[in-house]
This record gives sequence, structure tokens and C-alpha cells, in this order.
Amino acid sequence: MDLVQSSLIQAVQMILVLLLAPGLTGLVRKVKARLLGRQGPPIVQPYRDLLRLFRKSPVLAPNASWLFRIAPYLIFAFTWLATALVPTFCLGLPFGPWADLIAIIALIGSARFFLALSALDVGTSFGGIGASREVMIASLAEPAMLLVVFTLALVAGSTELSAITAYVLSPSVGLRVSMALAFAALLLIALAENSRLPIDNPATHLELTMVHEAMILEYSGRHLALLELTASLKLLLYFSLIGTIFLPWGLATPGASLASYLAGGLFYLLKLATAGVTLGIFETALAKMRLFRVPDFLGAALMLGLLATLLRFVSSSL
Amino acid sequence: MTGETLAAGGYSLLALWGEPNCVHLSFWDAGSGEAGVMSLPCPEGRFPSVGRLHPPALRLERTIHDLFGLMAEESPDPRPWLDHGVWGTRFPLGKASPSHGPTAYPFLPAEGEELHQVPVGPVHAGIIEPGHFRFTAAGETVVRLEERLGYVHRGVEGLFHGAGLEQAAKLAGRISGDTTAAYSSAFAQAVEAALDVKAPPLAHWLRALCVETERVANHLGDIGAVCNDAAFARMQAFCTVLREKILRAADLCFGHRLMMDQIVPGGVRTVPSGEALRRLRELADEITGSLPGIQQVYETTPSLQDRVVGTGVVPRALANQYACGGVIGRASGRLFDARSHLAYPPYPELHFSIPVREEGDVDARIVIRIREVEQSLDLIRQIIDGLPKGPASRPLPQERATPSEGVALVEGFRGDLFAWVRLDERIRVERCHFRDPSWFQWPLLEAAIDGNIIADFPLCNKSFNCSYAGHDL
Repeated sequence: MDLVQSSLIQAVQMILVLLLAPGLTGLVRKVKARLLGRQGPPIVQPYRDLLRLFRKSPVLAPNASWLFRIAPYLIFAFTWLATALVPTFCLGLPFGPWADLIAIIALIGSARFFLALSALDVGTSFGGIGASREVMIASLAEPAMLLVVFTLALVAGSTELSAITAYVLSPSVGLRVSMALAFAALLLIALAENSRLPIDNPATHLELTMVHEAMILEYSGRHLALLELTASLKLLLYFSLIGTIFLPWGLATPGASLASYLAGGLFYLLKLATAGVTLGIFETALAKMRLFRVPDFLGAALMLGLLATLLRFVSSSL
Repeated sequence: MTGETLAAGGYSLLALWGEPNCVHLSFWDAGSGEAGVMSLPCPEGRFPSVGRLHPPALRLERTIHDLFGLMAEESPDPRPWLDHGVWGTRFPLGKASPSHGPTAYPFLPAEGEELHQVPVGPVHAGIIEPGHFRFTAAGETVVRLEERLGYVHRGVEGLFHGAGLEQAAKLAGRISGDTTAAYSSAFAQAVEAALDVKAPPLAHWLRALCVETERVANHLGDIGAVCNDAAFARMQAFCTVLREKILRAADLCFGHRLMMDQIVPGGVRTVPSGEALRRLRELADEITGSLPGIQQVYETTPSLQDRVVGTGVVPRALANQYACGGVIGRASGRLFDARSHLAYPPYPELHFSIPVREEGDVDARIVIRIREVEQSLDLIRQIIDGLPKGPASRPLPQERATPSEGVALVEGFRGDLFAWVRLDERIRVERCHFRDPSWFQWPLLEAAIDGNIIADFPLCNKSFNCSYAGHDL
């Protein structure tokens, strides 16, 4: 495949994720509203909100440092890059060889690092509370995520996403218990990483219960827009990751016809919509858990990941 | 003497309030079931502190000092309470003098390694009333919570001075918007007691109908709101619909969704049409039918139960000491309901039970609310079925030879609400005092959150749902 075409596809993917992300957030909100018997804002509302926020200049605390100002850009860049690395509708992206799962985790981790720092920067108590809670959750979610990666790497023989996907698509994959366990673990991690119920409530107005929202409480204007967009992107990233690794059907292969690329795109939209609706239903049926139950929740993810890795050692066919 | 009896638990403190040269104390003797008021002239601007022996009186004494300048002698807590130094005057209801401006407010100290303070409010992230909460925490665990209230002080007692009955009744209905029926009812009963006038039976029954409807609407709202604070929005969606139906039925019956200005001294203003009452009765049946569903969802959602059971416990001893009324007291085993313990018409003629729980946690407070909704719906049916005939109001005298005083205790949805009024010869309000049930509930919130985590505070707070406006006056 020539360089021009592949670069074009990579560009399309990068813009696609950016364009789809707010819509996904809007879809989840819409589903939740409908399930609660409300009309709910239209699915395009997050786009309008972003547009409105981008037009506003940010209000900065007098003691905000340079870090507070650049953090939103850094956080957005890290997350956008990580999302661009995950194959969404086709394989063989030029970034593919670097699209190592560990690299993606590192990018997300870096984004979190700057978010926590910027939350502490202004010195308000809510920023501190949010940062401390976020870091506590991350310290439990990241090891669990690494174990999931190890399982996949042991199964597929590579930590590279394209290779894993290719392996899952190949007939040699069979029925694997370790993959199923890793899938369950990744679902739990995705909920925690995206500040969704039962870990965090993205719709809350109660400053004392917030995690992610508490960290961005001091942000406004275009800074806030970037952080909101980042949150949507991250949700899309995890949905894409789960879709690409565990449900890779419909992905266009390198050098395929335009039709198959379009089909890949449609499949991707379908996967996202299904995931969005499922998340909406799930969040409606559940209350938020007590903060100190979170370690139990993520402990379960860690154990599932560990079990998956161990199974792979016990028998290469599991 | 009374201070000792109060401290020993013989009496329950109902209210403690001031006048420029006098303080009054009202108490209830659980043994005899009688309530009393005593007054102490304090020409030297001082009175012996009750709070020294009986802590529930402390905030009331601080308020008396803020408003009237009367000093509680040997009080262990002489800090201001409602007065933040921003009114422009000190002692606005007593010997007014120019204010010195805001001064530093020392919060009670909590010392220890790794303790840190989290100031919350008075401006909150959500649209709620203003109040400041100062948490001292070790990590997430709350070591001490101290409230600071008074941000919605509007000088209500001052506004009553010299007001005619019509204006005063309007004011009473606007002290705390969600409790307007109970406040109007308390004011009307106090005025009627002062004038020695009896409202006609129909008026009593319609007042009870308003107050019970208000209780159902607010309890339903609270049940949903507490669950929503645990991020279980489904319950709120469900309860909000029911609450809205109740408000619309109230609008149909009384021409106002919150039933404002319906209850006036002497009687009630509107007699609902038979059709409107029939609709309200049908709605009561409908909601009674939905309650088991609400309870089932509430009890069979493990994630929700995990949040509410054992959270924010109010010990029974504290509930008794503070004579804490309403849902909060009854969830902690304090059996007191003004409708039955200091019964006023028409409740002696109606049948209802008072649910009590011993646990004192968020769960108990929700369950009590569900039970009370059930009871109130039954009361609504009894009232509509048994509505007496006759006039709905009685003309009040235009003059009297001497000033006269009256008190009333009405069970609003938050608990027992105390009202005292003194009318002059021309039947204008000379002095007036309202004690919201929240006065004895806010301090217990500080105790309930002890040892819980900061993240659980909104849940505890919502399960109390104390009034800011009614407290700050």
C-alpha cells in the first residue's frame, strides 16, 4: 500500500475519532434520559456545548501557573494520539507499528498525570480531593490493565494491536477462556478509567462526591472544552479498543477496496452505538458505589487479568 | 432549674427566643404530655445560659444575641451565629447599633497529624440553598464537621413587626417555600390561640388536607433525591412524576401548586370543588398503588442498599437530647409527632400511625418517609371522605382591650414547627417567632457524618434535607 493512501487513511481515522467522540457522549446521555422517562437533550448537544465553550475565553485563578494553562492541551494531545493508534475501521495504519498497547496505556497515564497535577495547581480543596481519588483509582486500574495486555500478548505473541487483531481474526484463535477473562477485566477497567458508574457519576453536581469532575472544576472556556472533548475521546478510545480486540469483525484490511473501507466504517459505527446504548442501560440500573469499595471492584478486574495470564501459562490452548 | 430538667432529659426544648428585654423558653414535658412557655425579663441585657447545661440551646442563644443583643451568661459558645457582620447593623431587633463589619469566625479546632480542612459552600456546584460546611478530615474520613449558616437571613421577624394579619399571613407562608402550608397553619393557629377564636371545623380539615398533601409531595421528592445522590437516578425519575401529579392536584384543589396563601387566620381561603377533591382522592389511591413498587426497587437494588444502610447514623440518645422532630427523630427511635402528642384538630378524629425505626441511618430515614407517605395518603382519603359542612372561615375581632399572645406547634413535613405571636390591641403583629424543625436537626447532621467519608456527606445531608431558609429566617 502506498504511503499516500495509508497516510490518508490515518488522517481520516484521526479526524473521524475527533468527530465521533462528542456524539458518543451525546448518545449515552440520550439513552439514559429516555430510560428515565425524559426527552433528554439531542444527541448533537455535546457538539453545541463544545462550540460554545471554544468561543469563550477561560477564566484563570490568580495563582494558576503555566502548567494549569498548558495542561489541557497536553492532556488532549496525549489522549487524541492514543485514540489515533487504535484501529477503528481498518487495519494497517501507518502508526500501526508503534500502536503498542503499552504505548497506549503510557499515553493515557501521561494524560492522567498532567490532569492530576493541574487539579492540584490552583490549590482548591476539590481539586485535591479529585486528584487524590483519581490517582487512587488509577493505581488500581493500571496494573489490572497491564495484566490484560500481558494476556493478550501471550495469546497473540505481540503487544501490537494490529497483530493481536489479526490473530483474533485468524482461525487459530479458537475458544479461549483467557481471552474471555481479559475481556471481562477490560470492561471493568473501562468503567473506572472513564469515570462512569458505579465508580464515578459523570452527571453529578455534588462536588464532594466527584472524581473526574472535581479535577476539572476550576477550568472554563476553551480549556474546559478541550477537557470535555478529551473525556469523550477517552470513552471512544476504550470502546474502540474493546471492539478492535474482542470484536474485530468488519475491519477493512490494508489495500482493500473503497467499499470495504466504507463497510468497515459502518461496522465501527454500529459497534460504537451498541456500546453506547449498553452503557446507558447499565448506568441506569445501578447506584454509585461507596468510594472505598472501588478497590474491591478494581481488585476483581486485577484478579480476572491475573487468572487470564495464569491460564495461559497452565495450558497454551486456553 | 429548667435548664437542669432539660439537661436531664425530663423536658424537651421546643423553642428559645428573644424580645428586646425578655427571653422566652418553651418546653414539652414528655411525662405529663404538657407543653409550657416561660418568660424571663432581662432588663440588664443578660440572661442565664441554658446552653451551658443543655447544648441544643446554644445556637438559639447565639441567635438571640445576634438579633437582640441579649447576652447568655456563662455560655460556652459566645460566637455569633446568624450575624456574619454584613448586615450593616448589630442587634437589628434590639438596641440597633452600626456594625463593625465582618470579623474572623473561629471554627472549633480539631488537632492531629495529617488532618486537613475542606471548606464547602456557601456557593455550591448545584443549585441548592447556601450554607457553609467546614470539614476536618483525615484523608477521606471526616473527623469533624462544623456548619455555618445564616446566609439566607432575610430579617423575617423584623418584617412581621406591625404587620396586619393579612400581610403577616402572607409572610408566614413565604418563610420556607416547601413548607408553606405548615407555616401558614402554625401562624393561623397561633393567632387564633391569641385571639381565643376557634376556626370552624371545615377549616381545620382543609388545613390538614393541605399539610398532608404538602408532606406527600415533599417526602416523594426527598425519597427520589436521596437515591439520586447515590447516583440512582431511576428512583428520582419515578418519584418526580408522582410529586408533579400531587402538585397539579393541589393546583386544581387550591389554585396554587404549593398551596400558598390558602391557610389564613380564622380559616381557609378556598374550599376545593367536589370534582377537584375526587381527583385528589383518586391520585391518592394511585400513589398508594405505586408505593410497593417504589419500595421494592429501593429494597432490591443491592448497589443502592450498600450506600444507604449504616451510613450517617444518628444515635438515639442524641435525637432525644436535641428533641429532634420529624423523620430524623423518628428514624432514630424518638417517637414524637405533634399531630398525636400535642394533638390539634382535626387529628384526634383521624386514624394514623407514626412509623418509628431504631437504626437512625440513611436507610431508616428513607423507609420512614415511604411509610409516612403511605399514612398521609390514607389521611388525605379520610379527610376527603369525612369533610364536615359549614363555613370555611370565621371573622376575627378588629380590636381587643389588651395585647394577647398565642403559640402553636404544627407537624410539618420536616417535623414539629413552633410558632409564637403577640398581637397588639388593633390586632397587628407586635412580635412573632418561628422555630423551624431544622434548628434541632442541623446539629445532628454534624454528629451523623462523624467517622463517615467525605464522599458520603451529600447522601447524609439529603437524607436530612434540613431547611436553610426556615433556619436563617
